[in-house]
Amino acid sequence: MSVVRDIPKKQIEIEQDGGAPVVALDRVSKSFGEFTVLNDISLQVNPGQTLGVLGRSGTGKSVLLRLIIGLIQPDSGSVCVFGQNLAGQSLDQLSEVRKKMGFLFQHAALYDSLTVGENVAFPLQHHRGEMSKSERSDRVHDLLVEVGLEADGSKMPSDISGGMQKRVALARALALEPEILLLDEPTAGLDPISSGEIDELILKLQRERQMASIVVTHDLFSAKTISNRLALLDRGNVVIEGTFEDLQQSDIPFVRRFLTHS
Amino acid sequence: MSQPVSTNLIAIRPRLADRGATSAVAIVDVATRFVGGFFEWFGNIGIFFWQVVRAAVTPPYEWRELIRQLDEVGSKSLPLVALAGAAVGVVISLEARYSLSRFGAKSLFPSTLVYSVIQVMGPIITGLVVSGRVGAGIGAELASMKVTEQIDAIEASAINPYRLLAATRILACILMMPLLTIAADVSGLLTGWFAQSMVEPLSFHQFMESGFNGATFNAFLPPTFKTMVYGLIIGLIACFQGMRTSGGAEGVGRAATNSVVLGSLFLMLADVVLVKLILVVFP
Repeated sequence: MSVVRDIPKKQIEIEQDGGAPVVALDRVSKSFGEFTVLNDISLQVNPGQTLGVLGRSGTGKSVLLRLIIGLIQPDSGSVCVFGQNLAGQSLDQLSEVRKKMGFLFQHAALYDSLTVGENVAFPLQHHRGEMSKSERSDRVHDLLVEVGLEADGSKMPSDISGGMQKRVALARALALEPEILLLDEPTAGLDPISSGEIDELILKLQRERQMASIVVTHDLFSAKTISNRLALLDRGNVVIEGTFEDLQQSDIPFVRRFLTHS
Repeated sequence: MSQPVSTNLIAIRPRLADRGATSAVAIVDVATRFVGGFFEWFGNIGIFFWQVVRAAVTPPYEWRELIRQLDEVGSKSLPLVALAGAAVGVVISLEARYSLSRFGAKSLFPSTLVYSVIQVMGPIITGLVVSGRVGAGIGAELASMKVTEQIDAIEASAINPYRLLAATRILACILMMPLLTIAADVSGLLTGWFAQSMVEPLSFHQFMESGFNGATFNAFLPPTFKTMVYGLIIGLIACFQGMRTSGGAEGVGRAATNSVVLGSLFLMLADVVLVKLILVVFP
């Protein structure tokens, strides 16, 4: 079913097929100074679903993810995660929601004073106090095996490549077994082989863990590979939302131009 | 010839008047922005302090990070603080011996040294050294974490950065300052005595007995424990400057510089208030 539309401004309705959405943005706007980054947008992600957010640089894709994890607050509209509105929550209240979310930053954002293994162990140390040291190191090892870096646990982040840093960040994001995974440009700046490996890794995780994901990218091929729904942003608005086929069949000039140049 | 000149003068006069008005508006604008920025800074640091206090008093407590910071602020500052204290001890010894000899009061040398080091120089020198070493370190470290999104990553990992990063560092500064001050005092007294005994032999026992003769705890405890306030100032300003920085490498440099400059400045201003307060409370 095609859900092509210009600017979605209708109230969010819970989709019947996938249950209550795990993430729901309702008429969200965000500006920085006089620059409007997001303009009255509504999106939702259901359990087990992967939404790919596409768009040109500076169209508010990363801002969208930061709103969902509560790092910034919207100027208007609401951001609900697991049915809980994030507005006005204290840091400790937000932390309870964030424990169910994993975030992969665009530039990995690894703790540069900790080793690769310590980076992955960091969330476990703080939120899995009941784990013994050996259980924790086993879990870190398993996560590093999952991202193919089991031999690099003792290296410092500065000693590994950009692609490896992204994998470590992904392992760290998965440490608490999140129900939602937010990925900010997971393949940006990587060579095609590393990009493909990251995509395969994300697909494998989706198959094995059945978690909802939102992937921000301007890599159309990657978005097509790992997402089952796509949303294309332009100047703070959702131009189109649907499957890759919906985008291909669209006659909206911006969509055609985006697909042609990707 | 004269006609064009006078015409020009008439034409210039209103332009000068305009320029004067424009300059006045610009000065008022700059002054308003400066005053606004000044109060905004205080407002923001007040909010920051409240967030840190709220995070610090609610569980989970970050004991491991606190111990790491106690080592970072305390043990690693100890050699520098002891060296600064030693230098101060020698300088006071040389200056005091010369001045006291001129007034025929050489017998007062031990107590002059003891009071100068413990009540005045030890606390302020320790504060300035720690502000330079620790303040710059905290400011640069947190600013670097901020611009590389590491603080956002901590927050995204459901960890309160005010609790993990700010509260532990500020608390470590508060707890370690009195201990470092005692180290600076001891070092200053030892080198002061040593410098004196090089010129005029005096046993350490005699020096201590004469120096602390008639002294009470009230004379030494308040100056030592007032440095906890210095610790609060150093830690709070450095964490605030670091965690709110922006602008890449330049922002990191600015945060480190501001941490030291503002930390030292507010430390000296606080000293003025605390000295007066101590004189009132412990006469």
